[in-house]
Amino acid sequence: MRPLEPISAGRRLALGILFFVLFFAAWALATLGGFVPKIFLADPLTMVRDGARLLTDFGFAADILITIWRVVGGFVLAALVAVPLGILMGAYKPIEAFFEPFISFARYLPASAFVPLLILWAGLGETQKLLVIFIGSVFQIVLMVAVNVGQTRRDLVEAAYTLGAGDYGIVRRVLIPMNAPEIAEILRLVLGWAWTYVIVAELIGSSAGIGHMIIDSQALMATGQIIFGILVIGLIGLVSDYLFKRLNQTLFPWRLA
Amino acid sequence: MSKLVIEGLGRVFPGVRGGAPVTALQPTDLVVADNEFVTILGPSGCGKSTLLRIVAGLDRPSSGRVVLDGREISGPGPDRGMVFQSYTLFPWLTIAENIAFGLLEKGLGAAETRAIVAAYVDKVGLRGFENHWPKQLSGGMQQRTAIARALANDPAILLLDEPFGALDNQTRALMQELLLGIWERERKTVLFVTHDIEEAIFVGSRCLVMSARPGRVKADIPIPLPHPRHYTMKTSPDFSALKARLTEEIRAEAVLAAAH
Ligand SMILES: Nc1ncnc2c1ncn2[C@@H]1O[C@H](COP(=O)(O)OP(=O)(O)O)[C@@H](O)[C@H]1O
Ligand SMILES: [Mg+2]
Repeated sequence: MRPLEPISAGRRLALGILFFVLFFAAWALATLGGFVPKIFLADPLTMVRDGARLLTDFGFAADILITIWRVVGGFVLAALVAVPLGILMGAYKPIEAFFEPFISFARYLPASAFVPLLILWAGLGETQKLLVIFIGSVFQIVLMVAVNVGQTRRDLVEAAYTLGAGDYGIVRRVLIPMNAPEIAEILRLVLGWAWTYVIVAELIGSSAGIGHMIIDSQALMATGQIIFGILVIGLIGLVSDYLFKRLNQTLFPWRLA
Repeated sequence: MSKLVIEGLGRVFPGVRGGAPVTALQPTDLVVADNEFVTILGPSGCGKSTLLRIVAGLDRPSSGRVVLDGREISGPGPDRGMVFQSYTLFPWLTIAENIAFGLLEKGLGAAETRAIVAAYVDKVGLRGFENHWPKQLSGGMQQRTAIARALANDPAILLLDEPFGALDNQTRALMQELLLGIWERERKTVLFVTHDIEEAIFVGSRCLVMSARPGRVKADIPIPLPHPRHYTMKTSPDFSALKARLTEEIRAEAVLAAAH
């Protein structure tokens, strides 16, 4: 091992899998070996059995789908508002000066703390769930996109001006295509955070969803089910992250060249 | 006929954090004739880029004005093509798309754009690389693309700010010949900034020597070497005499600049 020395794809995969193997081994040892009482932490076998039962007997697949729909819905709404606003703020300094102080403040408002208020305003329906995710994501995306666009290489902008681009052309033909890969990366990052907001939103006043299942299981002391729910979220995160990465690679081949 | 007229052009940058203002360019007068290849030679920090950027419309003068083809310039425009020292190809566009950037802005049709792009790809010797990304090309090839991109727009004047400054000596010499060849065939009006004396003589029809900070034009020297020029000319007595003269002019400035 030397600093920054690359490794082969095969070894990378093997090492990544090795961690999971060791993790499950340690977990199995702690629980099946009797070091941790069953009511605090279920063993892997119980977890798998509970999980299977959730899927077959309790319609957990529908819960998973509704949670995915909430995350994606709230996140897409946030992106539709935040990306254009962020681009405008990055490109035009007066617009940035107008919004930036408020958004920097709003960014630190914890989305989870809004849950009780949003229930008052929007009831217990889907609107409330989407709003939690929207509030949690929108300010983060705006600020990161604005910073990114604002840091566009000046010499590229100047080159475009000398080629006859106008102000609108600079935004459309330089700022947006130049920053599109980073914007996609920002969306990937924030989508990960949106998953934490959705669970919080579902823990309170919800009748469906992964978070709802988790809170129900707590009442039953069913730690196997809770862990299964958490693992499902992790797996979905892993898959969506991978898909997002592949999409970015196909959309922006020039980054890989 | 005068193509470009610069009258009393000066630039003072405000001091940074209460510091004294920096005079980058003392009021300068300059007349460039149609089809002239003017090289601007000076030590670094003497205001060469400042002068060029004002002509390009990327910076505003503190005093004076620039008139191109009888019209005072007030901002950047496609009539003044520019090639920068840094590599400024758009990384998300292929070589062909980079060259077409300005043509698209003009609203040219697809067929016409393709024809112009193909012609310039040939002129700068990049056939076969049309669909490459800029990253995949060497520095010299990127700068050739940048020259093609500027020329494809058919600007009234071409501005080059140390375009070969980041290239190795061998590549640089080839690029000089390429640029000179294009000029000999197409007779564009060119302002070419450099700090390399040989380069200033070899490609130019006239050389302006700038003094160290604050910058001003201290000598205006015609370069009467015949065209077409061949690289072997660099060892001719006429070339050597010009080189000796410019070395003398620039040396005093370099000493001054180094003392800063
Ligand atoms: N934007 C700027 N703000 C303040 N000072 C500047 C700015 N641009 C250039 N200068 C100063 O003006 C002088 C001339 O700069 P420049 O035209 O870039 O020189 P050259 O291209 O000949 O090396 C330098 O002393 C530089 O520090
Ligand atoms: Mg310079």
